[in-house]
Amino acid sequence: MPPRARPLSPHIQIYRWQIGSTLSILHRITGAALALGLLALSYWLIALAGGAAPYAAAMRMLASPAGIIALMGWSFAFLYHLLNGIRHLFWDAGVGFERTQRHLSGWIVVLGALGATACLWGLLWHGMHP
Amino acid sequence: MGSAKEGVSHWWTQRVSAVALIPLTLWFFFSLLALPDLEFDTVKTWLALPISGLLAVLLVAVMFYHSYLGTMVIVEDYVHTNGVKLLGLLALRFLYVLAGGAAVFAILRVAFGS
Repeated sequence: MPPRARPLSPHIQIYRWQIGSTLSILHRITGAALALGLLALSYWLIALAGGAAPYAAAMRMLASPAGIIALMGWSFAFLYHLLNGIRHLFWDAGVGFERTQRHLSGWIVVLGALGATACLWGLLWHGMHP
Repeated sequence: MGSAKEGVSHWWTQRVSAVALIPLTLWFFFSLLALPDLEFDTVKTWLALPISGLLAVLLVAVMFYHSYLGTMVIVEDYVHTNGVKLLGLLALRFLYVLAGGAAVFAILRVAFGS
């Protein structure tokens, strides 16, 4: 059955940019990216259970340039999803709904996730090149 | 299926799993960072500890469930053809059970030896 054309409400391109909607879709995008990360986590655990050779192969893949880029992306996605998830839990409890609070917590989440990702990779870099 | 029948339970389970994942994920990443290196023997010895195995199984189970609930909503939101939506949700569920089951099985193999 072909879907019938129905009247539509105004879509996203009609609205002025705002931080709230951007962070909302970023929560979903990072969640989807982390879902792919779960496949990598499964593979890593299976390799670990498989023995030294499969584990070494998995670690080589993760330490390759593409692997490092993916891990950086996943670490930011995780930290953002974690911090913004906590922001959502506060909202669920009815806290922080005022406009200024929403904007402030939004910026804290974005900058916090970026800062924590940078700290993490700085730490890892330092660990590898003491 | 559908939000009218299972919406509240979906919403609530998503929150409960989210709260559980805060300590579980932080434990996992800080434990890995605290290891002297990520060589095979080091990681395997760490994961073979009873407390590591238990928490890792809980982490994987809750994380896969939380992720399944989230991706399910993405499919429901963006796939508008009923047959495709049903197939997509079914495929998603199978994939999550398979990958999650394999991950848990791997942890148990490390814990109990293979």
